[in-house]
Amino acid sequence: MGTVPSALKHCLSYQHLLKEQLWIGEPAAPPPALHPGQEFQISGLPDYVKIVEVGPRDGLQNEKMADHTEVMRGIERHPGVQYPVLTPNLQGFHSAIAAGATEISVFGAASESFNKMNINCSIEESIEKFEEVTKSARNMNIPVRGYVSCALGCPYEGNIIPAKVAEVSKQLYSMGCYEISLGDTIGVGTPGSMKRMLEAVMKEIPVSALAVHCHDTYGQALANILTAIQMGVGVVDSAVAGLGGCPYAKGATGNVATEDVLYMLNGLGINTGVNLYKVMEAGNFICTALNKKTNSKVAQASFKV
Amino acid sequence: MTRGRLSRERPKMVAAKRALPWLAASLRPISSTAAGSLPKQVKIVEVGPRDGLQNEKNIVPTQVKISLINMLSETGLPVIEATSFVSPKWVPQMADHTEVLQGIQKFPGVSYPVLTPNLKGFQAAVAAGAKEVSIFGAASELFTKKNINCSIEESLQRFSEVMHAAGAASVPVRGYVSCVLGCPYEGKIAPAKVAEVSKKMYSMGCYEISLGDTIGVGTPGSMKEMLSAVMKEVPVGALAVHCHDTYGQALANTLVALQYDGTRAADSFTDACFFIQMGVSVVDSSVAGLGGCPYAQGASGNVATEDLVYMLHGLGIHTGVDLQKLMEAGVFICKALNRRTSSKVVQASCKL
Repeated sequence: MGTVPSALKHCLSYQHLLKEQLWIGEPAAPPPALHPGQEFQISGLPDYVKIVEVGPRDGLQNEKMADHTEVMRGIERHPGVQYPVLTPNLQGFHSAIAAGATEISVFGAASESFNKMNINCSIEESIEKFEEVTKSARNMNIPVRGYVSCALGCPYEGNIIPAKVAEVSKQLYSMGCYEISLGDTIGVGTPGSMKRMLEAVMKEIPVSALAVHCHDTYGQALANILTAIQMGVGVVDSAVAGLGGCPYAKGATGNVATEDVLYMLNGLGINTGVNLYKVMEAGNFICTALNKKTNSKVAQASFKV
Repeated sequence: MTRGRLSRERPKMVAAKRALPWLAASLRPISSTAAGSLPKQVKIVEVGPRDGLQNEKNIVPTQVKISLINMLSETGLPVIEATSFVSPKWVPQMADHTEVLQGIQKFPGVSYPVLTPNLKGFQAAVAAGAKEVSIFGAASELFTKKNINCSIEESLQRFSEVMHAAGAASVPVRGYVSCVLGCPYEGKIAPAKVAEVSKKMYSMGCYEISLGDTIGVGTPGSMKEMLSAVMKEVPVGALAVHCHDTYGQALANTLVALQYDGTRAADSFTDACFFIQMGVSVVDSSVAGLGGCPYAQGASGNVATEDLVYMLHGLGIHTGVDLQKLMEAGVFICKALNRRTSSKVVQASCKL
């Protein structure tokens, strides 16, 4: 706006701006319980939002995943942090347990065509497979998280009706998933469609068991996440550095960047227990290792390109 | 103030060339009841040709600028900021302001405001045929000092000359306020200061005040706080938001600015969720997200008009804009600038 000033070098550095001058910085101490209650600020937003970091799995899925056992065994497990792994079937489940997994995830879809193209069976058949997994998991006291893909649109079917999302979510919740992550797989959703879909799902599942997994393919992720948390959703999936492109639109972005989500939540005064700077460092690390540019705008604005 | 193409019917969105079902479906207007307390229509002020190009490194030939503006005029955008009557010494990209303004096709019902930093610029603009002008203030003393080497008060005095001349010539004036959610020199900006500057510019005669998050640091919380303060002094119908996407927050901030009906009463839990209710219905954006941020090297600046339109149409809000044609204009200017688009909608549609 106006003329471009030449005094760029006199600007406050980003560290100064973010830490001292603006409200962004270290978050408040994390809450005592892992799963938050239903306390809301007077403004109607939750006090606390749990971030589920999907970068290492969903983000790096485009890279080789054959080393899952080594990864599970090799990581340093911090107390109070969950390390769920995706297990599409009983065989995957057994491998995961053998490798030391203490939490697993299963994924369904709200679209028949997507299911067919992805795992070559109907929604109903996939639910049956997951029932085997969740039954075994329950026997071993292993918590199971459920994902529902194509919650706001399908690359093959197009529009997805909210009632279908609610139906699949309910089935996953009834079989014992403690949380259902609703995924806008191709990122086509907007705040309006997010609201309609959540209204339908919230008739079947308590909001405390819901999460949103928004893709930023059309730049709508943060607006959609804001809408979801305005409706009481307290769990958000994201990927450090926005890792993971969209396999359905070449060159397009996929997951929303954890750094950008944190920036927004910090600005709203919502506690996450997450240190934005450390996430930025982790993002910088993985992008250097992958030799790719970060998809996080916060990181782009902060690090010298 | 409804202008331009909003009064015309644009009954159906043109499907993207790839004609994938989801794109058409997501662009289908939804019932306004689902959108709650959002405006039924939003006026988009396209600032790409001025604010966008001004911050691009590569100088764009005059004919390319003219073609861009003509293509934008075809999209149904009601307001297209065409150029800036500023000294070429300061902004070489805008040196051809007279040729651009005189060379473009002026579509009926479309406004082509130009930036006029002082009386001299205003006179040159009117001589070149300008029918609307813009002036800019800032909510930060340091920013004003660094930018135009004077205090906020002094800058407003300079603009009052422009206001008098504009009033005499019946030329409407749009006012910009920079740094409304943060300043690259001062850091935090008090909402009361933004309200004070906005009120002064509105009282001077600006018909609309565009509130700019110049360095994109704002979030929905700070946007709400700032707008609450400003709306005590300036009617919401005279306000616009100009969000930068430097930290990826632009669409979330814009959404918050749109949501309003002035009360917090709610019949249902869901209604209560649209608590942040502001009611702004004018939004500035830049085709292809043209214009980087001069304060953070390599960072993005303006929010992309394509991404904004995508969100608004998905919400069932009428803009009068043809997204397909807009995307084509964006592709055109990115090719001319030899740069990648900043619009995610365009990236997703495989048009780079």
